[in-house]
Amino acid sequence: MRLRSFQIILWVAATAAVVAFAAVRWWPATEDTAAAASAFTPTFALADSEGRIRTTDEFRGKFLLVFFGFTSCPDVCPTTLSEVAQVMYDLGSDAGSVQPIFISIDPERDRRLGLADYTKAFHPAILGLAGSEAETQAAAASFKIFYEREDDTSSPDGYTMAHSPGLYLLSPDGAWLRQFTYGTPAAEILSDLQSRL
Amino acid sequence: MKHFLLAASLTLSAPAAMACETVTIGDLTVEHAWSKATIGAGRPGVFYVEITNTGSTDDALVGIATPAAGMPMLHETVVQDGIASMPHAMSIPVPAGQSVQLSPGGYHGMLMGLTTALKEGDSFSVTLTFEKAGEVTVNVDVLSLRAEGPDCADAGQ
Repeated sequence: MRLRSFQIILWVAATAAVVAFAAVRWWPATEDTAAAASAFTPTFALADSEGRIRTTDEFRGKFLLVFFGFTSCPDVCPTTLSEVAQVMYDLGSDAGSVQPIFISIDPERDRRLGLADYTKAFHPAILGLAGSEAETQAAAASFKIFYEREDDTSSPDGYTMAHSPGLYLLSPDGAWLRQFTYGTPAAEILSDLQSRL
Repeated sequence: MKHFLLAASLTLSAPAAMACETVTIGDLTVEHAWSKATIGAGRPGVFYVEITNTGSTDDALVGIATPAAGMPMLHETVVQDGIASMPHAMSIPVPAGQSVQLSPGGYHGMLMGLTTALKEGDSFSVTLTFEKAGEVTVNVDVLSLRAEGPDCADAGQ
């Protein structure tokens, strides 16, 4: 009788060990699987200069180079757009595999000033998008970027926009690949893209 | 493409001359004054310049004025914690024995209320006011929208 209850205790202990082992084995595995399944896939649905809604889905198959900014910004935004333009020129025949997109975080004013004239002046392939306030906020949240209107009497119309100045690269299947921080030279962006094409 | 290259080489070589002018006032040397073409007059233009203080007294750039814009102001691009903002700079220090650059990604003059769109190849004057040295006027060349700076032999870029 004493032996039997000892056997039961052993069986319970063995079962507990198996359960514990399985839990330790499978927990991280499950987390990995979940992370792979929900790869970071930022999205937007925003109007272009002709009022047509453009979404991330329609660009599947191309690398997306996305930048948030505003056209009344004399220093940061032209610098980044110039770099993007340089990259597009230097890509040569591979340029068709990359779609550069400029998302306005100051959409009302940028629509009024003319978005396409602005982006085309840097490179004809750059697509400028300016949605509603809510659509813009949704796109920024999806890309996990920050922007904010700041009242400033020393700026045009009494306000300026603070924003994340990075350049974001999405893969042809829409997944986040990397960020190029503000000031990354065009040559570095170019060689990164060429290594992926 | 050939025409484009020819045009590009002409426009690049021609206006470089003035941006490479050097103007001095007291111990200050002001050079490489340039701006970028704008798309229309509704958006602000930009003004970049390099100031060298060869003296032994600190000075500071406290203001700019130009017939090209109704409201020119000094600003600084600041990238902090991954956010770019552009605060108004009340004055830009020009310490003794040092050079200060107003250049892309840093200090710059913001030209609001442009009287006309700035076109590549144009030039306009800007009067800089220094705390101690007083006022000096320089000619500013309008370079292309995508220019990174004037192409001077001594620009040290």
